[in-house]
Amino acid sequence: MTAPTPTLTLGSVAVGSTLPELAVDVTATTVVLGAIASRDWRPMHHDYKFATERNGVRDIFLNTPNQAAWFERYLTDWSGPHGRVGSMTFRMRDSIFPDDRMVFSGTVSAVAVDEAGCGWATVDITLAVGDRTCSTCTARVALPTDPDDNPWARRGDAWRP
Amino acid sequence: MTDPASDPHDELPASVVALIDQPQYPVTADFDVERSYAYNTLAATQNANPLLWDDDVAADLADGPIMPPTTISLWMRPHYWQPGAAGEQVALQVHFDLKATFDLPEAVMTDNTITFHEPVRPGDRISHAQVLRSVSPPKTTKLGSGRFWVIDVEFRNQHDVLVGVERYTGFGYRRAS
Repeated sequence: MTAPTPTLTLGSVAVGSTLPELAVDVTATTVVLGAIASRDWRPMHHDYKFATERNGVRDIFLNTPNQAAWFERYLTDWSGPHGRVGSMTFRMRDSIFPDDRMVFSGTVSAVAVDEAGCGWATVDITLAVGDRTCSTCTARVALPTDPDDNPWARRGDAWRP
Repeated sequence: MTDPASDPHDELPASVVALIDQPQYPVTADFDVERSYAYNTLAATQNANPLLWDDDVAADLADGPIMPPTTISLWMRPHYWQPGAAGEQVALQVHFDLKATFDLPEAVMTDNTITFHEPVRPGDRISHAQVLRSVSPPKTTKLGSGRFWVIDVEFRNQHDVLVGVERYTGFGYRRAS
């Protein structure tokens, strides 16, 4: 497979554009797999007794680097492989546990081209379980400004994340 | 959770104030970045991005294979055990030092900011240092009473090129009895 044509260019995105929702049923395996994949050996991410008796929460819960990886997946599902995440900031307000159905939703809050000519979309993401907003995230994603542009080709001062 | 860290350092112990803005624990990973471990993250998140799976796509877009950007801290996290190591091996030692300093047995991360610079590639060897930026006054949340703190981690590859910066806000706490 060779690089496909960009699925999303900056011109096709506007403030208020929404990303397709992503729903994932979380299991204990989801939590443990994410923790081990990120080499996070802290017991609250795999040990029920530790999480409930020491941390005082109701179960093991999704760890921080794995939440970052889920946000990355959500963003690049939307942008396609040409999309290059420049930064993300997220706040974890509540934990995500096995048997939760986590739902990602996102809205474009800004569109801009920087002084180096790189196109950026700012996306505000909510990660919710039912009525609980568990995490909020704001990410900047570089998108091609035209079908021949490639944000991954930017190096040095041409990349200003 | 509320009340992220602020920095009224005047009420902090002098030993903690002395650490603020000082790089600590500079270290180079004792293993190379390798693709098979990154696949665990892609599997854990069911991430099908062809840039991260297909070498032809990676060659066309990124001059070769790259790691999932959000795995940046993965390449600095210690093995759970290794010969000669004593006690639990932890990734963010400054966080655990603060728990001990303030006698706060529990802790969680509340905020995370990651800025992605040069891509991390298979075979890279990553170095990092941890910098304490601030510690809050005592706070009480639904988890318990403790303090928030902010720690920055800067990651560089074997060419001393910046590959990313992470900022963590942690909350160390003692549960209400």
